[in-house]
Amino acid sequence: MTEPQIYEALTTIFRDVFLRDDMVLSAGLSAKEVPDWDSFKQIEIIIAVESEFGIKFQTREMDALANVGDLVRLIADKT
Amino acid sequence: MVELYWLPKIEDWRDRLRRLGESGCAWGDAVTLANSRLDAAQTNALDTMAHRALPGPPGSPADKPVRLALLGSSTLAHLLPAIRVAGLRRRMWVETYENEYGQYWQELADRNSALHRFAPDAVLFALDARHLASGIGAASSASEVEATLGEVTERIRGCWRLAREHFGCPVIHQLALPVHPALIGGNEHRLAGSRAEFIVRLNATLREAADGDGVDILALDRWAARDGLHAWHNPALWHSAKQEVSPAAAPIYGELAMRLIATQRGRSYKALVFDLDNTIWGGVVGDDGVEGLVLGQGSALGEAFADFQDYARELSRRGVILAVVSKNDETNALEPFDRHPEMVLKRGDIASFVANWSDKPANLRAVAEELNIGLDALVFVDDNPFERDLVRRELPMVAVPEISDDPASYAQTLADAGYFEAVAITDEDRSRSGQYQSNRARDALKASATDLASYLRGLEMRLLWRRFDRIGLARTVQLINKTNQFNLTTRRYSEADVIAVMRDGRAFGAQLRLIDRFGDNGIIAIVIGRLEDDADLVIDTWLMSCRVLGRQVEPTTLNLVAALAKQLGARRLVGDYIPTPKNGMVRDHYAKLGFATCGETAGPDGATRHVLDLAAFAPRDTFVEIAEERA
Repeated sequence: MTEPQIYEALTTIFRDVFLRDDMVLSAGLSAKEVPDWDSFKQIEIIIAVESEFGIKFQTREMDALANVGDLVRLIADKT
Repeated sequence: MVELYWLPKIEDWRDRLRRLGESGCAWGDAVTLANSRLDAAQTNALDTMAHRALPGPPGSPADKPVRLALLGSSTLAHLLPAIRVAGLRRRMWVETYENEYGQYWQELADRNSALHRFAPDAVLFALDARHLASGIGAASSASEVEATLGEVTERIRGCWRLAREHFGCPVIHQLALPVHPALIGGNEHRLAGSRAEFIVRLNATLREAADGDGVDILALDRWAARDGLHAWHNPALWHSAKQEVSPAAAPIYGELAMRLIATQRGRSYKALVFDLDNTIWGGVVGDDGVEGLVLGQGSALGEAFADFQDYARELSRRGVILAVVSKNDETNALEPFDRHPEMVLKRGDIASFVANWSDKPANLRAVAEELNIGLDALVFVDDNPFERDLVRRELPMVAVPEISDDPASYAQTLADAGYFEAVAITDEDRSRSGQYQSNRARDALKASATDLASYLRGLEMRLLWRRFDRIGLARTVQLINKTNQFNLTTRRYSEADVIAVMRDGRAFGAQLRLIDRFGDNGIIAIVIGRLEDDADLVIDTWLMSCRVLGRQVEPTTLNLVAALAKQLGARRLVGDYIPTPKNGMVRDHYAKLGFATCGETAGPDGATRHVLDLAAFAPRDTFVEIAEERA
């Protein structure tokens, strides 16, 4: 999967999770910049990503996610 | 992956969610969206949008809002949206509360806690397995484990008691997930201090204790056994967020919780209505004939259909009413029930049988009316996606599961959808199934008897009659108001009307019970007669349950009516037939009994009048013994 394809799919997931259709993702975007992005939303994103891409994250991978760019790289490694 | 697979997918779900509330009917839209195959993210999104569009319960909710407290020892917040959405699915508005992390006992005991201020009317305990098994380990001795098991059980029962005392509401206990990996393996039960084994034993103990304490069980252990632990529990999420139930499984968790709460409030489905062709047998009986049907031994497909029939019959034995709605000529539709040797379901199992060419929503209405239950008590199973869609659109209150093309999956789908969730089996359920079982025994006798007379004699029937009385009042009124087919005049009476008959010296009301060697059929007929002009006993009402057709109940009842009429001094019996769309079957009732027809009465209803001279009347010979039943 190419990076633009991953961004496209992730954008849909983020817009659904945060219910904001104007949300635009960038590599540097992190929980600090998004008001509702708490630990529950984080898990919701992870579960939606696992289901969408058919992958499974390990505990240490979840711990290491700091921003959208990390997530994209992790998905790219696993798909 | 666990999912709500029996609910239909809504293709434009995202758009409809975004537009929720714009139509001015946010409640109805939210209910529709909740009745679709939601995953965890969609569930949370719907919960958020529904609360934006609907700040509180809608103006006229079917029930008062539910106030549910979810009390536990680990993180539960991720389950609350799914519980609220499962409420929406049932048109129930749910307010939720969760305790401060780990503080369930303190909040229960402290009358000034936020929990007490919330004042729940439903409490669900969800204690996590690691918390429950924390007191023991592989080094524990058998006696230490026994003591801990007793302590933990008593602590939980104490929680139940506190909840009951303070809030006076139903209590549900979610059993623990088997999250502990085995220490020795297949014979884990031989290691006294095994935490995995402890949870298995604790769940068994709590099941038993819950029965005694009037607490209902949410059997998460069974679901984990069914779906695999990984579907319900993700150790990584336990370590990061202390979520024992994986958020991915939240939609099912919410569904299971609300199923119980709805059932506790008397909200559950009562009847299973099914289509015939390619639903309970393979093939189309009108085209393929009885011989051409795929059913029973001989093919895997045939066995799968027979197996589904068996499941339906088992449901009926525990009190679920069975009904048929099929596009067919009635004669064709009935033939397999009478003639196909592999049919598991018999005519006697089906409480309402509607086969015609009308549309299915109309026929489902007819079934609900005949059974005297609401449309929202019906579950409709049909292999045809078009019919399913049509019924969902026309009758959104009827549950219509998505089913695959494979009959091998039908029974499990119905079980997973949990339409018939029950927390107890009542005497009424048992007797309902008993009546159907007796019907089957009668069918068997019919098959073995060589002629009708020996069949009827073999039934050893007794018709016990009583004048209307207070004890039978409710049943009398119910029969008068729900009997449509064998009903000569279809007059509907309230309790007050029936009491007026009881007090009228020139009238009689009789309730008739039929007993035979296979059991008690209950009150199956009602007759009301009234003396007019000192000579005519006018039969105001004569109705009978169709279950006892062909059993000579009618001529035996006539003997009774004639005797009661003579006591009142009548010289003639006068019976009217008032035609309705439903009662064509009794058009010739009086003629068959030897009444002379006087033609149409003057009224606008097309009624015909029939007369029997009592002086010339000889009681009919029947195989039914009649006697007065003393209360």
